[in-house]
Amino acid sequence: MTAAPDDPTRASVIRDSLGVGLAVGAYGFAFGAASVAAGLSVLQTSLLSLLAFTGGTQFAVVGVVAGGGSLAAALSSGLLLGSRNTLYAMRLAPLLQARGLRRLLAAHGTIDESTAMAIAQKSPQLSRVAFWWTFGGVFVFWNLATLLGAVGTSALGDPNRFGLDAVVPAAFLALLAPRLRAGAIERRVALGGAAIAVVLIPLTPPGVPVLASCAALLLATTIPGRRR
Amino acid sequence: MSLWTLVIATAVGCYLLKLAGYLVPARALEHPRVRRLVELLPVALLAALVVVEALAAGRHLEFDGPRLAGFVVGAVAVWRRAPFLVVVVLAGLTAALLRLA
Repeated sequence: MTAAPDDPTRASVIRDSLGVGLAVGAYGFAFGAASVAAGLSVLQTSLLSLLAFTGGTQFAVVGVVAGGGSLAAALSSGLLLGSRNTLYAMRLAPLLQARGLRRLLAAHGTIDESTAMAIAQKSPQLSRVAFWWTFGGVFVFWNLATLLGAVGTSALGDPNRFGLDAVVPAAFLALLAPRLRAGAIERRVALGGAAIAVVLIPLTPPGVPVLASCAALLLATTIPGRRR
Repeated sequence: MSLWTLVIATAVGCYLLKLAGYLVPARALEHPRVRRLVELLPVALLAALVVVEALAAGRHLEFDGPRLAGFVVGAVAVWRRAPFLVVVVLAGLTAALLRLA
């Protein structure tokens, strides 16, 4: 990091990044609880958070297991959902300019939150600060919270009693908000993605509605009213 | 397939999916149109995630009062540009209190 250490912008980016990590921890707790409730052991649950380290996929996998779906269905919907990280990585690669071991580590940290924080910054330098600090913060809190949630499930009961099912969509919306403010095309694509998901939820296996929302990108290429 | 196979396959698969994005040649992103599409992809995916997490219960649409109320309160906080942590706490608290009532 070459930014001046006393740069207030850098400090505020670090603060926001750690704040994201802390907030994500709240639903790491929910994941730990949901995973153990689905029948995975505490060790299996923690390994998923440490090694898969991508919340949407993890929720999808244990969701399918809990819903009685086959293990193959759980894996495929998890990987379908995880494939968005490939696109995040393509977006992040030129920003991060990571090589060697650093790149292998950056790959592990390529998730919704670190990507959203990195691309929301004004300069590549701040993007790198946001990426690594969000990755670190989310990694620490997500894994701690997973362990606590897994261990505490029997004592705690249904985590939705504590409103965690409302926390997850609100947190995703908070991550989406800066993009919605960026322009009309962003808003159109977001609406399209949301509409596709609503329609497909009852029609397709879990995981597919999110992946299929990519089709909303077609809305970015055809601009209604331009013909006038 | 045991649960262990599932855990290991998910972990390995997820890492390889992430790494693949870094191994695609940078030239693929030089075209402004391609770059714009890659920029917009998370927008579509995050919007779908919001909807799925707010409305889905497995393969069903479920309009759960406390969950939706908590989400709406969280959404208002997002709109008012509240910090991330405030959004999360307000959403969770709203749903939890409604379930107590």
